[in-house]
Amino acid sequence: MGQSYAIEMLGITKRFPGIIANDNISLQLKKGEIHALLGENGAGKSTLMSVLFGLYQPEEGIIKKDGKEVKINNPNDANELGIGMVHQHFKLVECFSVLDNIILGVEPNKYGFLKKNEARVKVMELSEKYGLHIDPDAMIEDITVGMQQRTEILKMLYRDNEILIFDEPTAVLTPQEIRELMQIMKNLAAEGKSILFISHKLAEIMEVADRCTVIRKGKYIGTVETAHTTMSELSAMMVGRDVNFHVEKKESKPGEVLLSVEGMTVASKAHKNNAVKNVSLKVRAGEIVCIAGIDGNGQTEFVHGLTGLEPLVSGKIELCGKDITHSSIRQRSVMGLSHIPEDRHKHGLVLDYTLEENLVLQRYFEPEFTNKAGFLRFKNIRENAERLIEQYDVRSGQGPVTVARSMSGGNQQKAIIAREIDKHPEVLVAVQPTRGLDVGAIEYIHKQLVAQRDAGKAVLLVSLELDEVMDVPDRILVMYEGEIVGEFDPKTTTQEELGLYMAGAKKAEVTVS
Amino acid sequence: MRKILKNEGVQSLLTSLICIIVGMFVGYLVLLLIEPTGAFEAIMSVAKNFLGYSRTNMQLKHLGTTLAKTAPLIMCSLSILFSYKVGLFNIGAAGQYVMGACACLYGALGFGWGWLPCLLFAAFAGAAFGVITGALKAYCNVNEVISGIMLNWIGLYFTNMVLTNVKDASSAYTYALKAKGKDAILPTLGLEEFFSRNKYVGIAIPLAIIFAILVWVVLNKTKFGYELKATGYNKNAAKYCGMAEKRNIIVSLAISGALAGLAGAFLYQTDIEQWKVTISSVPTMGFNGIAAAFLGGLNPIGAIFSSFFIQHITEGGTHVDLTIYCSQISELISALIIYLCGFVGFLKMLINTSLAKSEEKHAKKKAEKGGDK
Repeated sequence: MGQSYAIEMLGITKRFPGIIANDNISLQLKKGEIHALLGENGAGKSTLMSVLFGLYQPEEGIIKKDGKEVKINNPNDANELGIGMVHQHFKLVECFSVLDNIILGVEPNKYGFLKKNEARVKVMELSEKYGLHIDPDAMIEDITVGMQQRTEILKMLYRDNEILIFDEPTAVLTPQEIRELMQIMKNLAAEGKSILFISHKLAEIMEVADRCTVIRKGKYIGTVETAHTTMSELSAMMVGRDVNFHVEKKESKPGEVLLSVEGMTVASKAHKNNAVKNVSLKVRAGEIVCIAGIDGNGQTEFVHGLTGLEPLVSGKIELCGKDITHSSIRQRSVMGLSHIPEDRHKHGLVLDYTLEENLVLQRYFEPEFTNKAGFLRFKNIRENAERLIEQYDVRSGQGPVTVARSMSGGNQQKAIIAREIDKHPEVLVAVQPTRGLDVGAIEYIHKQLVAQRDAGKAVLLVSLELDEVMDVPDRILVMYEGEIVGEFDPKTTTQEELGLYMAGAKKAEVTVS
Repeated sequence: MRKILKNEGVQSLLTSLICIIVGMFVGYLVLLLIEPTGAFEAIMSVAKNFLGYSRTNMQLKHLGTTLAKTAPLIMCSLSILFSYKVGLFNIGAAGQYVMGACACLYGALGFGWGWLPCLLFAAFAGAAFGVITGALKAYCNVNEVISGIMLNWIGLYFTNMVLTNVKDASSAYTYALKAKGKDAILPTLGLEEFFSRNKYVGIAIPLAIIFAILVWVVLNKTKFGYELKATGYNKNAAKYCGMAEKRNIIVSLAISGALAGLAGAFLYQTDIEQWKVTISSVPTMGFNGIAAAFLGGLNPIGAIFSSFFIQHITEGGTHVDLTIYCSQISELISALIIYLCGFVGFLKMLINTSLAKSEEKHAKKKAEKGGDK
């Protein structure tokens, strides 16, 4: 292999108003290697890749391809240099076939008439060569996420790209699919392709990458060979301190049932079938129950049905023994249901409101914050904000009067958690509470969930992250296509076993307990 | 300097002033294109309006007329900005204004009511139209702009039809209030004395200002305003925290409609104009309210000043020398200026990005200096 580099990014600096996203970062990708780019959210990974892809122009620094300096002014230049990217959110046309998507933009044609057979032969060759199993005639909307990803990879290969960028490719996959992807990446590297693998999952990096470049807060920290490092060393480089991966918690002591759902069915907005089908579950005081599953299997609709955001087709919900099936969102909230929503920007916050205004979003109507004439009590709102900011360590530029939009994702989430926990709920529903957050914030949020459990509350956690699913809850329920297909004890199950259920390969009769 | 520029209020004021100046300049250019000889005098007479008169008492009299027409415009811009805060673009304000005019005139001439019942009837009529738009939006998800525009036309022809009953067969205009509905004329509270006995100056002006302050208080100080703004900024979050978002949409459009309805009453109950039942276009007052609301930085207090300015140039337009320019020119010029007032938001964005850039440069310089040491 020698020391020939496929791509070198040297001393890249990119500034945005008020922030230096990349500060003198260098990244050297050898031919035929798998090179991981590791960093927390907001560390500048995406900016660096956007620079490589021609979406941004760096203020300083140069890019070299095969030792020669190149200018990448737009994504077309990047394509011509053989740089391809699989985005975190796939860029596929849903109602086109796999083959159509692969050739999209570079369709082989004669006088404007498509020559699809030529393309089909090439695609099938590539598919066999690298073990990328696809059905070229299936519609994108009908195939699994794993196959969609393979379609994206084939798209790059079809364009004879030599440098392949994978942007957090495993976030949407089951453990089995992740293993397959790892193998595919190794095959590609063995065939001489150079791979940049963006991730913040250490285990995957250790398994698949040859070398790893770590960046933190826009700065270059270092490049290490994965063979000569450990996960804890990598995480310390990434976060800047040692991180405790495991959630410390005592044995749970479940008490009475605080939340009980019977036969809940919720219609889907996307298709004609029901998104949630006859789901029953119970959550007791002092336990954390986790609903695990791959994104889009009805978890969102279940939570919306539970909190009142969507109407039920049928079913019954009891909160602390009281029937809340037909209660309004406000009634449920007042009766002791707190909801940390999946999408903090869509539901959790009014981004143009200040932090203090957001912190009373669930309680502004209480006498503490509104007097009898209907006027807000700004003094109490301010005091409430100051107390929560202090207690939950919510950091922001200007304290209570910071506009929520300008806060970092982690602190926005902390603000929501502070608000929801502080209203002293009996049942706390937390949907992907750590999504998109860095390791430090994740650790903090997990601690809060466990603290709620220990305080005798019922916690229902909905998560897509297997590490979280294994670590945090006392019971795991797996949801697949709107149904609960299995119940597990995190102490005795494995990620592999969960993965089989999450992918629908196995199904158990679940008795509600 | 940067700190001053960052202040939201300063920004609003500055951008509004820039828009006004650019608008006047573009208006001047258009006049130059049409007929260069009288262009400067023409644009100056637009800018001067009542100041163009040499005698003080004439100036005051015409200032009074401008003010009398400013009051309804303030109400229209309040109507627009109130619903805008809830995330609704109430273009139906024009129709609600028409309904207000219809109700107060029929109350005065048809039923012979006094001024207060007429005012309330106008507010009610405007609110009723607002509720239709609001209910369609909340329950059927009909876009409020579409239903608003449709209702504008329905309101216009309905008004023409109804008011045909309160006019002479020989005239297209409704009876003057001073002839057939004296009781309905708004009290002047002696204000006319300050404006060379301009009898159109009356209670409408202080009332409009009081309403502006009320709207400001409701939006910024009350639980109701907190809910409305939350719904406007992010209706999903409002729903998530249990706010009655459908009710809020309807209530806010009802209030918006009532404000626009009062605008109609504030104009026609001064008897400054009579309704012409043959008109086939929706009066521009409601639409000018949009411009006034934006020019005023969507602030109720700002709306008072922006409304005055827009009315000022609209009135000023009537002073353009019509021997040189055709009679539409006055409306063209004021329309141009009003149009450019819509660029307030764009200018604010420009200021903010350039501020951020200069700050960055500043920080960089500082860092370099620090490095040298």
